[in-house]
Amino acid sequence: MADTIYALSSGRPPAGIAVIRLSGRQVSEINRLFVNGAEKLRPRTAHLRELRDPLTRDLLDQALVLVLPGPRTVTGEDMAEWHCHGGQAVVRAVLAALAALGAARPELRLREAVAGEFTRRAFENGRIDLNEAEGLADLLSAETESQRRAALLMAEGHFSRRLEHWREALLRCSALTESLLDFSDEDDVPESGAERELRASVAALSAEMERQLAAPAAERLRDGVRLVLAGPPNAGKSTLLNALVGREAAIVSDIAGTTRDRIEVPVQLGGVAFVVTDTAGLAEQTGDSIERIGIDRARQAIETCDILLWLGDPADCPRADAIRIAAQMDRDDWQGQGGANIAISARTGANMPELIGLILARAASLIPAEGEFALHERQRAGVREMVDALEAVQAEHDLLIVAEQLRSARLAMDRLIGRSGVEDMLDALFGRFCIGK
Amino acid sequence: MPRRFDRLPLLLYSARMNAEFDVIVIGGGHAGCEAAAAAARRGARTALITFDEGQIGAMSCNPAIGGLGKGHLVREVDALDGIIARAADDAAIHHRMLNASKGKAVQGPRIQADRVLFRASVQRRIASIPHLAVIGGEATDLLVESGKLSGATLADGSTVRGRAVVLATGTFLGGKLFRGEENFTGGRIEERAATALGERMRALGLPLGRLKTGTPPRLDGRTIDWAALEEQGSDGGDWTMSPLSAGRINPQLSCAITRTNARTHDVIRAGLDRSPLFSGAIEGRGPRYCPSIEDKIHRFGDRDGHQVFLEPEGLTTHLVYPNGISTSLPSDVQLAMVRSMAGLERVEMPVPGYAVEYDYVDPRALDRELALQAIPGLYCAGQLNGTTGYEEAAAQGLVAGANAAAYALTLEPLILDRAESYIGVMIDDLVLHGVTEPYRMLTARAEYRLRLRADNATTRLTGMGIALGLVGSERATWFARREAMRTAIRAELEVEYSTADIARRGGEVRQDGARRSLAEWARFPELADLIVAQSPTLAAADGLLREEVLEDARYAPYLARQQSDIDELRKHEAVRIPADFDFEGVGGLSLEMRERLGAARPDTLAAASRIGGVTPAALAAIMVHLKRRSAA
Repeated sequence: MADTIYALSSGRPPAGIAVIRLSGRQVSEINRLFVNGAEKLRPRTAHLRELRDPLTRDLLDQALVLVLPGPRTVTGEDMAEWHCHGGQAVVRAVLAALAALGAARPELRLREAVAGEFTRRAFENGRIDLNEAEGLADLLSAETESQRRAALLMAEGHFSRRLEHWREALLRCSALTESLLDFSDEDDVPESGAERELRASVAALSAEMERQLAAPAAERLRDGVRLVLAGPPNAGKSTLLNALVGREAAIVSDIAGTTRDRIEVPVQLGGVAFVVTDTAGLAEQTGDSIERIGIDRARQAIETCDILLWLGDPADCPRADAIRIAAQMDRDDWQGQGGANIAISARTGANMPELIGLILARAASLIPAEGEFALHERQRAGVREMVDALEAVQAEHDLLIVAEQLRSARLAMDRLIGRSGVEDMLDALFGRFCIGK
Repeated sequence: MPRRFDRLPLLLYSARMNAEFDVIVIGGGHAGCEAAAAAARRGARTALITFDEGQIGAMSCNPAIGGLGKGHLVREVDALDGIIARAADDAAIHHRMLNASKGKAVQGPRIQADRVLFRASVQRRIASIPHLAVIGGEATDLLVESGKLSGATLADGSTVRGRAVVLATGTFLGGKLFRGEENFTGGRIEERAATALGERMRALGLPLGRLKTGTPPRLDGRTIDWAALEEQGSDGGDWTMSPLSAGRINPQLSCAITRTNARTHDVIRAGLDRSPLFSGAIEGRGPRYCPSIEDKIHRFGDRDGHQVFLEPEGLTTHLVYPNGISTSLPSDVQLAMVRSMAGLERVEMPVPGYAVEYDYVDPRALDRELALQAIPGLYCAGQLNGTTGYEEAAAQGLVAGANAAAYALTLEPLILDRAESYIGVMIDDLVLHGVTEPYRMLTARAEYRLRLRADNATTRLTGMGIALGLVGSERATWFARREAMRTAIRAELEVEYSTADIARRGGEVRQDGARRSLAEWARFPELADLIVAQSPTLAAADGLLREEVLEDARYAPYLARQQSDIDELRKHEAVRIPADFDFEGVGGLSLEMRERLGAARPDTLAAASRIGGVTPAALAAIMVHLKRRSAA
């Protein structure tokens, strides 16, 4: 963490303005080397200053310079921002001067930031929590519009805020239980009312968490909805794949069994990320051991995918929720099959928009709607644990066990956001009741 | 007011001039007495220095011992052969098992004590302990020779030499009493404060803070209209605070219940501007769970009334303690306030209530042995550490005394963890988090509450006490017999019974053909009598042991689940963080976390995990850093 890092943090030039950010221990020293009279700059105020290469004293640019002393910065460290003119030459020159300084003065430990490093420092310095950091990481790698939207919501702390709200509700439930255990005996806490309130709060909280769990998972967004093409050999799977991804991803020939292994291709359809997998044809009999392995892997893909496109006889379809396709409708010998959802020709493009519409409709149920965020596996497991404990509470009459289940829910919450302890619960408790003699 | 203030200290112990001891305890309250007794039980030559030996064992506030969480502490101190439980039994004039309708883990035994009998019992017990001398006098300074703690100096200039010192000065350090517009220097009504020692503590640079607590007025029972009030009788049971006590020996008195009402609240509101709590005269923070009546009215003004328990102070006094109206209002307002309540219309108030503000040592300066890290050999216990309550004080006293003896005589220290005792929970809370208000024990503070019950304190702690030489022969013999019974009971409960066997003996169970051990059947509370009937040793066992065995069986699945938490705790407890560990140097810790860790200075990874805001990721970072450090 001793390194001071810099990066062009606005978009790639050319652009109107290019913002170069610095973060780390030596920021004020580097500012001093580049900017005349840097020590006189008022914090958090934009000043128009000349940027000069410290080694050559060449004028690099007239820039707006901001000094942002830590810890109240995005990364929690000392920071500076140089708002330069956005031309490629200027940006290249400033970055080169920084790199040269880093090389000439190794004791400054100045270097260009690696991808995501500002975010990581922000997390490590407690400026954002893990949930926000995960959102930001997604944002950096988001390629499609819906990925970006969900990642933004996560990064803006929507989930953290939801968790904070749940944490408070959980603490209130615990406080109510503890008040019944530690204080109801001395008439400080009205017993029946408190227990009713406890039961109602637990049920409401549990239902709310359940709803969140029912929402689609973040992995679908980040990695894409898994779409698998399957069917007997030579049913036109590879042709359809190529039509979907718009390039020759799969080798197409009319020799049955050309596709011996799974082929995975990421593709964006209607702003949604998919990973399309072509599988080996499901021939019953094959003497080729490599082909047999391919077929086994195809079966596995069929079982685990999100959406299955089945190109065989609809009656043989291995999954009830598959989209059954009567393919190759351009062939002379084609005859429509009863029970198919759609007939297409990947070669002529006939009915392809309709097929994509069908796929997108299925995918919509797998990814969050606009304005929703998606949970990561780690977050889902934590919420699941809390729901399990809350459900156990609802079936329990012994307040001691209720308290114990709420405690395990709080532990799961702690693992998600890393705070709250007995003191928080006691704060909730003492704020509510007039307790004690 | 305080007539005794100008009296000279008693010279009780003639041989005390330049006397040599292993352990010196300063303060004769509940912490000091347990500290001195524990040190002496471990074989340390011990001196107990107190202003007035006649005040040893005095109950300065309410005449009750035990309660929720507190009853647990009393039983634990008793399991380590302390004196508070048996003194309470000697003085008990009213018994009540709080939370009797709830699970055993949150039941709290509580007794009302006759003050005179309690004090007499403590003094008798202190006097009977070998190697324990009582010295009347004011300790004004610590004796430090060539940088080493070597005893205490008294007000008359004499010295008491000893290798370890336990400070148990309660509210006497910098104590200041408030009542209305008046204030006095003192630690307890009519007793002076330990001002000189307080100055000395400040000079040593110990981290001190101010806290406040209060006490209600005392009423003359002869002027209370008892007939008009709801009576609360002593329960009909036969339990005692200590299993070694021979039953209930005193006549049992009833308490009565009255309530504040709208008129009471008006009187209080009208007097608020004359309360030192609201005029700003008191700077210390008071406990939320023992609020003054002014606080209750001010903060919870919407309630139409608050219960007040009228507790007799003893068999030979007419004084009655009105529990629930601790106050520092001026005397005239106090009188008007009590007279506004039902049954108290003509009550006389011989002693008005008051608030006391006092210095406490930030307990984060202590380690788990209750030793001040800055001054080897110096231990602190009780209210001085920011706690409230006799029970909390007694428990700390026992730990500090046992460890002062360990320091002086090079013995094993007494270190209790959160998974085995409320004492461990309290000490961990204190030394790790410090206090923002007087600390009181609550069952909610114990995460392993299901296994830390008042009824199983013996099983949890006595064996360890014996190993450390803290337990006398009487209890050790009793314990050996009890352990033999537990072993026999365990064997008897291993026997398997089918559903049909249970049904044949009158148990109503679902006939699913399952065979279960008696211990497993004991999970159904309705089968308790049947199970006792099948196990002759269990039937012959005393009530506490029987309840303990049945309760263990009932919560066995939850206890098993907690065990994995506890295993993790112990694993993290084993990862020591060196005292000079630099949290600043750990990457990945937020500024806030670094500050909190730096202030609390956790000594193990487990302790670090209990600091607010410390995430699992942060713990991992600390662990990585520790490994890197040990590799370097």
